[in-house]
Amino acid sequence: MSTSLWFQDPRAFIHNELRNFVRSGSPWSRKDWNWPTSRQRTGVFPPVNIYDDGEGFRIRAEMPGVDKESLDISCKNDQIVIRGERTLQNIDDEANVHRREREGGQFRRAVGLPQPINPDKVMAEYNHGILNLFAPRAESAKPRKIEVQ
Amino acid sequence: MTRTTSDEQKELQVHQKQELQSEGEGTREGVYFKPDVDIFETDEALMVVADLPGTSAEDIEIDLRENMLTLTGVVDEGLEQNWQPLYTEYKTGHFTRQFRLGQHIDQSKISAALSDGVLRLTLPKAEQAVPRKIEVTSS
Repeated sequence: MSTSLWFQDPRAFIHNELRNFVRSGSPWSRKDWNWPTSRQRTGVFPPVNIYDDGEGFRIRAEMPGVDKESLDISCKNDQIVIRGERTLQNIDDEANVHRREREGGQFRRAVGLPQPINPDKVMAEYNHGILNLFAPRAESAKPRKIEVQ
Repeated sequence: MTRTTSDEQKELQVHQKQELQSEGEGTREGVYFKPDVDIFETDEALMVVADLPGTSAEDIEIDLRENMLTLTGVVDEGLEQNWQPLYTEYKTGHFTRQFRLGQHIDQSKISAALSDGVLRLTLPKAEQAVPRKIEVTSS
């Protein structure tokens, strides 16, 4: 979104302002909220997908070639932090490099969840370059059935 | 809003997966992505390293004919029916990529290893045909 837009097209400016106003009322636009849709977090390795299976959250991260030993996963309340390192095998100096598209380095990714989880029951698996996390909802976040008297 | 601290600059960035737009459609249904690769050449061999997250050894097909190398990795998403997507940053699909090789490869010695979604392919160069000197005889 460009701020200079309104010089050219006042209608677009008003439209944008209105849209921002409407959005500012929803939690999705709150900048302090740690839900991963907040813009500053996109582009940080690894990319994640989050699913809800009823019992809790399933988090998947695509991160091929990460050393399992380097993985450090910690969680609290409604956040999971994944840390690790992806090391690329050294290419021989003598070798003639044709393409270099892969990248190595350290990463840290905080994933915010919409509800509190039970940190003691979080499970992690790393298979075929994909990290699978299961984080069950905290007891306090589970729906309670109310008996009708 | 972009926040750049010296700490974040060092972080590994995501390479957005590139969806393949090709005329030759795969027979298998689904989206195909172009895997990131490193290719380098030593005296003996051409090495190809490719990121194929989500594939196991039996899902990978390597084909080399008429100097065209084709890599294909079939990915089974493995999602349960009751999983409701809440947030999606990456799409899942198969992988495929083709390279035209400039070297003669010894087909019988090609080897491949897969670990943690990274394929390492070794394509040993064929021994150069020994130049022959042709004697011209006059009668």
